[in-house]
Amino acid sequence: MSVIKRQDLAKCSEKLLKRKECKFEKQEIEKLITMFANITGGLNNKLDRTKFRDILHISFNMTDDILMDRVFRAFDQDSDNYLTHEEWVLGLSTFLKGAQDDKIKYCFIVYDLNGDGWISREEMFQLLKTSILKHSSEEDQDENIKELVELILKKMDHDHDSRLSMSDFKQAVEAEILLLEAFGPCLPSPKLRDAFLQELTQEQGKF
Amino acid sequence: VYTSVMGQALQRAAQWTSAKGGSGGKLEFTKLNEELLNSIIQYVDGFGAKYADESKLVFKKPLTWQTTVSPDAISAPGLEDRGGDKISEAKADKDQPLFSIKRDGSDNECSAMTMEYCEQVLRASGDKKMIEIRACLEANRDPVANMLGERFATVEGDDNSIFRFIEEITKEIEQLAKQHAENEGNTEKQEEIEEKKLVLKMRLILLRLDQQLLNQSIAQITKDVRLTPIMVDGEVTILQELSGDDERKHVLETIDFWGDGYIFKNGCRAPPQRQLHGDIAYIEVRPFDGNMLYITANTSGYYLNKGPDNRGDMNYEKEGDAYRELVTLLKDKSAHFTEMIDKQEFHLKVQEKDDYMDARRVEEDDDDRESTAGYRPDRSKQKAEEDSKDKGQKQKAQKKKKLEPSLKWKALGMEEYQEPDKRETQKLKKKKTSPRMKTKTPVDAEDSFSESSTESEEEEEAVERRSETNADLPSEYWQIQKLVKYLKGGNQTATIIALCSMRDFNLAQETCQLAIRDVGGLEVLINLLDTEEVKCKIGSLKILKEISRNTQIRRAIADLGGLQTMVKILRDPDKDLKCLAAETIANVAKFRRARRTVRQHGGIKKLVGLLDCPIVSATSPEADKDAEVARSGALALWSCSKSKKNKEAMRKAGAIPLLAKLLKSPNENMLIPVVGTLQECASEPSYRLAIRTEGMIEDLVKNLKSQSDELQMHCASAIFKCAEEKETRDLVRQYGGLDPLVSLLQKTENKELLAAATGAIWKCAISPENVTRFQELRAIEQLVGLLNDQPEEVLVNVVGGLGELAKDPPNRMLVRKAGGIPPLVNLLTGTNQALLVNVTRAVGQCAEEQDNMVIIDKLDGVRLLWSLLKNQNPDVQASAAWAICPCIENAKDAGEMVRSFVGGLELIVSLLKSDHREVLASVCAAIANIAKDEENLAVITDHGVVPMLARLTNTVDDKLRRHLAEAIARCCNWGNNRTAFGREGAVAPLVKYLKSQDENVHRSTARALYQLSKNPENCITMHEAGVVQPLMKMVGSQDEDLQEASAGCIGNIRRLALANEKARYS
Repeated sequence: MSVIKRQDLAKCSEKLLKRKECKFEKQEIEKLITMFANITGGLNNKLDRTKFRDILHISFNMTDDILMDRVFRAFDQDSDNYLTHEEWVLGLSTFLKGAQDDKIKYCFIVYDLNGDGWISREEMFQLLKTSILKHSSEEDQDENIKELVELILKKMDHDHDSRLSMSDFKQAVEAEILLLEAFGPCLPSPKLRDAFLQELTQEQGKF
Repeated sequence: VYTSVMGQALQRAAQWTSAKGGSGGKLEFTKLNEELLNSIIQYVDGFGAKYADESKLVFKKPLTWQTTVSPDAISAPGLEDRGGDKISEAKADKDQPLFSIKRDGSDNECSAMTMEYCEQVLRASGDKKMIEIRACLEANRDPVANMLGERFATVEGDDNSIFRFIEEITKEIEQLAKQHAENEGNTEKQEEIEEKKLVLKMRLILLRLDQQLLNQSIAQITKDVRLTPIMVDGEVTILQELSGDDERKHVLETIDFWGDGYIFKNGCRAPPQRQLHGDIAYIEVRPFDGNMLYITANTSGYYLNKGPDNRGDMNYEKEGDAYRELVTLLKDKSAHFTEMIDKQEFHLKVQEKDDYMDARRVEEDDDDRESTAGYRPDRSKQKAEEDSKDKGQKQKAQKKKKLEPSLKWKALGMEEYQEPDKRETQKLKKKKTSPRMKTKTPVDAEDSFSESSTESEEEEEAVERRSETNADLPSEYWQIQKLVKYLKGGNQTATIIALCSMRDFNLAQETCQLAIRDVGGLEVLINLLDTEEVKCKIGSLKILKEISRNTQIRRAIADLGGLQTMVKILRDPDKDLKCLAAETIANVAKFRRARRTVRQHGGIKKLVGLLDCPIVSATSPEADKDAEVARSGALALWSCSKSKKNKEAMRKAGAIPLLAKLLKSPNENMLIPVVGTLQECASEPSYRLAIRTEGMIEDLVKNLKSQSDELQMHCASAIFKCAEEKETRDLVRQYGGLDPLVSLLQKTENKELLAAATGAIWKCAISPENVTRFQELRAIEQLVGLLNDQPEEVLVNVVGGLGELAKDPPNRMLVRKAGGIPPLVNLLTGTNQALLVNVTRAVGQCAEEQDNMVIIDKLDGVRLLWSLLKNQNPDVQASAAWAICPCIENAKDAGEMVRSFVGGLELIVSLLKSDHREVLASVCAAIANIAKDEENLAVITDHGVVPMLARLTNTVDDKLRRHLAEAIARCCNWGNNRTAFGREGAVAPLVKYLKSQDENVHRSTARALYQLSKNPENCITMHEAGVVQPLMKMVGSQDEDLQEASAGCIGNIRRLALANEKARYS
């Protein structure tokens, strides 16, 4: 409680509690804000990309650099390269407790690397680049990944325009939930998610 | 340690378990592998001394593995201690030290880049060398590739890498020489070439070892036929290493030799007198589950003996089968052992044994055998021929071919390919005396030799294609192959994309199912189940669930150990995952071996656990999921419940109350598997009792009125089986179950349903109260209507029902009026034995009425019945003979009719030689009726009926006694038959019948005694046998017949006595 005053904490959490996209309980919000303040050194400080990535890595075992950056982007609503405590809490709300629709939107944003509203062939290629263990020569590797991209398009590109729109993505995921993280893990595994949430509800957390 | 070696030998000769994929392969636990490893150890140990330069050659990639050696144990110059880890100062490049060993929990990770360091680790491992080398080789499937680079990776087919390499070096040397001539030598280049030369030398050294190992393994395989003391010691020692107190880690509690520990010079531990029998040693084993096992190691194999008695003397008697390996024996005896050993390395073996045993027993699932049956003989022949060939290059090529794990082999399930091996070794054993046997078909042998590898593949293809409809591979095949490639080489993301794409194929189609198997997809799918990734598991199970509808896939899944993994998943917290696993098990467990596997791995208990779901009225997504889990559990149990032992296991796991609870569900989808399971289990008396006492009859009756034909069918079928018991029949009536049963008779288009409903009616009709209700429901008319154009399964039950119903006299008339007699008589010409038993009974019941008899007689029904006496099934014979009795009683001119059957009387008398009690009783009853006609009595007397009846008199069976006595009574009425019975010793035994509890026996016996007492000799015999006292009692009986006959008999005896007295005094 050193970094942050009791009443500030209460005020912030009240405010967040009113946001309908926030799915946390009051106690959880306070815990998250405290955690935020402990990392950044103050309630009004901002969380930078590196620290955020450390959290993703330590708490949720994420390893893919591209994806961790993209997750940060998805959290960072005003695109100022820093997270405020609100962005932090709201982002985690989708990340940990989002309904299926929220998660679909979130994942789409993560995968849409240039933010133009489409996941293009090139973006898919980029995302899937590391998905196949290197076996053969460089060209073969590229060829394999291209084929993988074609498989995805065949499965998800319903309007046959060689790229995925939000509605393509949504439709495909609703038909097969396994495709939610089609281009790489950007959500926590159930086990780690539950562990994290449990931590939040406990009085004495590790943060 | 490991080092080195042997690309080909390892790849081919070493026996890997089927669970490959990635680096997950395990070296199987066999003697052959032990030998290979030993050679490698010897080779590595001392490598540095022999090849100093080579041992310093830096590998292209380090060999990395989990070692048991602690970093402290390794000390060598140039090693630096870093916080307990040891790292060499010398670096291969940048960050990569030549050697490092790091602490990592209980296991240490070790990574080495030269032979020198490998050798050091091996030395440091002390007595764990074997473990060490095994771990290294398991972690590095192709060590040569690691050491010398990918270009030397072990490949299928011709390996030209070495030639290419030589070419390259030569070229470079030439070039260098040229350069040298032109300007000054290039020292850097020179060094490079030097190193390449070193690599080449190393490669050649390794190649030599490779060859040596292959030769050795061939020698090993050929001589490995009988147990020797060394082998026994070896196996026991290995198992000792794996034994200990920790149930979760060790395979056995203890294993040791039994006895005083004295070892004879020849290595045997058994006492000399037992060595004569081939005994080598006795082993005592304490498994974690079960009693101490005492095992004899004999030259013929391992088998259980009866163990030592109280005084400590061994009882050497053999119990059960002999096994070729100790491990296999223990696997059969201890489930825990099996499980633990699977966890370690060897699981392929179990299955092999399994299948082998299966093949020997008569399988209930034919399809289980078919695939092996086809080519086994060929392969053993081929192998025998191989063995008769000379050693050397040719043999090596053969061997290579033989052991080559092509995709197809693997996909088929290795056991099918290993099994012939086993057979052959046994075969070889028999042939030991002439090891260099000439092959019987030399042409054949030549054939299979000339083009070894392609030949064998073609053979394989042929086996494959038998089952395929079209010979050309369809396009799906290649597409699926590509997807499997992604499954193998992709990370989680690529795997999921591939899994989802695979589901877009028509997985219900056999081409796709087999394609997945043929390209090695099944292994990958099953391996995915062992990962931590829930999504991958779900994706994989979704596919397995679909393709396991195919019988060949089922078998392949079982062979690959998929059931064990799925059973484990049943405990997973994820409900979707549990459902899918249970549903897949439901598909796979359609054959016996699979069902047994499920049971042996504790699957039944877990499946029963799934049934336990709270029944809530309100529907929530959560409750729906729970219900879905229970439903999938019931589905799997339904499949499993086809084995008797599984039924028992289910009962013990508490399935019955849970099923009873689920039976209350309003949901049809839930009810079908639940009732299906119940009806399957109702073949066991314990379940029948439980179904009645747990109040399930009411629910079954209720669901008879369901809208679903399938559910109705299972309910009717359950009632069919349960209604063997009177209380159940009464309950069915009380809950109003008879009405819906009768109304099901309308569903004539659904034969399965009809069969179940008529079966239930048949069994319910055994109770007279039910018969009355059936009468009211006009069941007879409807059943008679079903006598035409129905399949036999239905007819058996329809006729059975009519037979029961016709026990009530008014119903006999109803059968006639409904026109049932002609079709019934017509059915007497059939061949289905179950049907014949029921038809003869029904016809017999109908013949009890005169009017019916007229029709039967007109249709020549008695002749048909009579000809059934020739049927080879005793049940049919007996039932026909019983039916003949009322016919003779009620037919007009019965005597004439019987005489008209040519050879008929001789036939029936000859049946008195039968061993079957029911046949004897029924034939006696028929003879009693036949003998009413004097002429016929004369004929059967000529056929020797008297001595044959007399021979039967010692029986204790009351039913037979009753009819036998009746027949004797009737047969007395001809010629000197009375005297003949006396002479044949029939009288005294008859007297004993009076002590029977059965009054019917008393009546017929009294009648027989009365007839026999007309002969004075017989009177004396009877009197001596103490007949008077029991007869006196019977005179006082309520039964007039009995009174009269007893009195008559006593009268005759008395008269004889009086006559005697008179004669004496006059």
